[in-house]
Amino acid sequence: MPNTNTEFKYKAREALKDEQLQQALVGVKQGLVNNRLDAIKVVPEFESFRNDAAAVKQHVLENLDLYLEEFEENAISSGAIVHWAKTAEDARQIILDICKQNNAKNIIKGKSMVSEEIRLNEALKNNGLDVVETDLGEYIVQLADEPPSHIIMPCIHKTLSQITQLFRKNHTDIHKADKNYSVADIVNEAREVMRRKFLSADIGIIGANFLIAETGSIVLVTNEGNGDLCSCLPKTQIITTSIEKVLPTLDDASLLLKVLARSATGQQITSYNTLLTGPKQDNDKDGPEEMHIVLVDNGRSKMLKTELREMLRCIRCGACLNHCPVYGSVGGHAYNSVYPGPMGSILSPAIEGLEKYYDLPNACTLNGRCESVCPVKIPLTKILRHLRNEQFKKRLNNKSTRFSLKLWSFFATRPKLYHRFNSLFINALNIYINILNRCSAIPVFSSWLKSRDFAPSQQKTFQQIWQSRKEND
Amino acid sequence: MKIGFFVTCLVDTLRPEIAIASIKLLEDANCDVHVPSQQTCCAQIAFNNGDLETSKSIARNVINVFEPFDYLVAPSGSCLSMIKVHYPELFKDEAKMLERANNLSEKSYEILTFLNDILDIKIKKRFPATVTYHDSCSGLRELGIKSQPRKLLSQIKDLKITEMHEPEVCCGFGGTFCVKYPEISTNIVTEKSNDIKNTGADILVGGDLGCLLNISGRCSRMNIPIKCFHTVELLAGIDDCLPIGKTK
Ligand code: SF4
Repeated sequence: MPNTNTEFKYKAREALKDEQLQQALVGVKQGLVNNRLDAIKVVPEFESFRNDAAAVKQHVLENLDLYLEEFEENAISSGAIVHWAKTAEDARQIILDICKQNNAKNIIKGKSMVSEEIRLNEALKNNGLDVVETDLGEYIVQLADEPPSHIIMPCIHKTLSQITQLFRKNHTDIHKADKNYSVADIVNEAREVMRRKFLSADIGIIGANFLIAETGSIVLVTNEGNGDLCSCLPKTQIITTSIEKVLPTLDDASLLLKVLARSATGQQITSYNTLLTGPKQDNDKDGPEEMHIVLVDNGRSKMLKTELREMLRCIRCGACLNHCPVYGSVGGHAYNSVYPGPMGSILSPAIEGLEKYYDLPNACTLNGRCESVCPVKIPLTKILRHLRNEQFKKRLNNKSTRFSLKLWSFFATRPKLYHRFNSLFINALNIYINILNRCSAIPVFSSWLKSRDFAPSQQKTFQQIWQSRKEND
Repeated sequence: MKIGFFVTCLVDTLRPEIAIASIKLLEDANCDVHVPSQQTCCAQIAFNNGDLETSKSIARNVINVFEPFDYLVAPSGSCLSMIKVHYPELFKDEAKMLERANNLSEKSYEILTFLNDILDIKIKKRFPATVTYHDSCSGLRELGIKSQPRKLLSQIKDLKITEMHEPEVCCGFGGTFCVKYPEISTNIVTEKSNDIKNTGADILVGGDLGCLLNISGRCSRMNIPIKCFHTVELLAGIDDCLPIGKTK
């Protein structure tokens, strides 16, 4: 059935009209882009880091089963418990079971896109658990009951005054209603609320940036240190992550950390880089008593066998979002998917179906700026084109697009007719341009003329001009 | 040398001046230029809309028609990168066609690259104006066109190049993108137009007619008084030619 999903278009239109959002997006387009440039300027070998990072990730994908087995074995011998979740539902169930076994009530969470992907918060809440996000951005979108709009800066769409209002509504006991809140005030108030949560939590759930096969460790980077508190304070620790995060060695992780921070926020290194290996050991002073690692597949091993494979190199740095003119126009929520921007336009249809996310691979000018900054050199435009081809084969494009394409290819494969058609077309265009300019009912032209002027420059096609020159010679 | 000139559909129908200027520059450099009438389009529209079968049949035609020439030259980065970069991808599973696609790819050039890198032409012109250059995406990122147009333009006496804040950011054209997602496209081209306006330049030059139509159309609607030309038009002399998007 042809797809009639117009959600993206609708949300995009709303987003373009949202002045506060547009203001916030300037920060992405200018701030983050410049930060990255400044950060890589001082590292002349950055380009070779990118090549090496891409090669390591590609090598892992080609040997994923081996590295995952090695990781599992070493994680188990360090005392961790490893769970395999084929689907999002499996993952939710595994985590709910762990909560039940521990009689948990209060849960604190570090930022994790995989947990967003498997819609974990909703499941925890529905089972009567109190769950609090501890990354400030995630906490803010949680208060607003919204999904994150950027994979590393979840509340990039919110202004300071919107955040202050949220805090006023939610922190009635400590909020100073008469005060003009600065960013620092927001941070301090959030810290006060969160301290209490940290100390009373039964379980800490965090994500992982990398899994290290040779040691069975996980690597987690944050800028707020909240991930460390989530992983050290509660008695039980759950790490929700996905299978493609595994790396062979610690050296590989050090290479990837070099490209990750610079591409993401333009930092030389993220503030907190944590290596976790197993739960608390006998001679450790602190740490969790139980460490569970939930390895989520959710469509990834299927992707491995397709042309989408290279997408699994992604290290979720967000650079492709920051450099995408479409993301920069409409922000993250328009995509209506956990992963927005170029990487999301591939991952979301790959995980949840091309039908559901018809617009995403299409809403792209194929300008390629995303792949020119991707730290693991994913050929994003090639994969987006591949998805368009899949949609075409499944006949998902709408009828008028298919019809116009057919009509056009009929002419384009018949040179004589094609030139004849072009000269008639240009003739007609010259005659009717004034009518076209005023008539909004003609689909392709009206889309163009609504915001742009247009005027053909000659009455003849070049081929006609060239023919007459040859005849005159 | 025998050159097969690939006109491109947009230039053929909407801006023949670009082909005329290109051919003048090539002939001035003693090239023997041919414009095969059997050519149509490069197949980009079909390719970017996922229709690979149509793309292949058009690509086969282009390969047949242009194989006999020493070079294929086209006045558009995006059409050229279709031929140079994507034809070999299209035929990756057909050994014979792949070889032919690779051969054609090797001798295919975008006009400014050809004029600068292969012919190394010298421009003896004077044109007092301030111009700014938009780097169209496919040409820039798939073919590495960046310095060539600037080098050629800087040979024109009294012509000053002033760069935009972000010359490499997409203009929002994107082929069928601009009519499928017109509001987003408009937002992107509005930002581009403002960037252009802020340079204070009199003229915008570029290497892809799609982008130039998009930008000139938007600037005109926004009352930004900028004249748009393809780089070859400036190099060949624009004495008798109106800016893109303007009529008498
Ligand atoms: S696709 Fe590349 S640029 Fe985008 S988030 Fe993933 S690693 Fe970063």
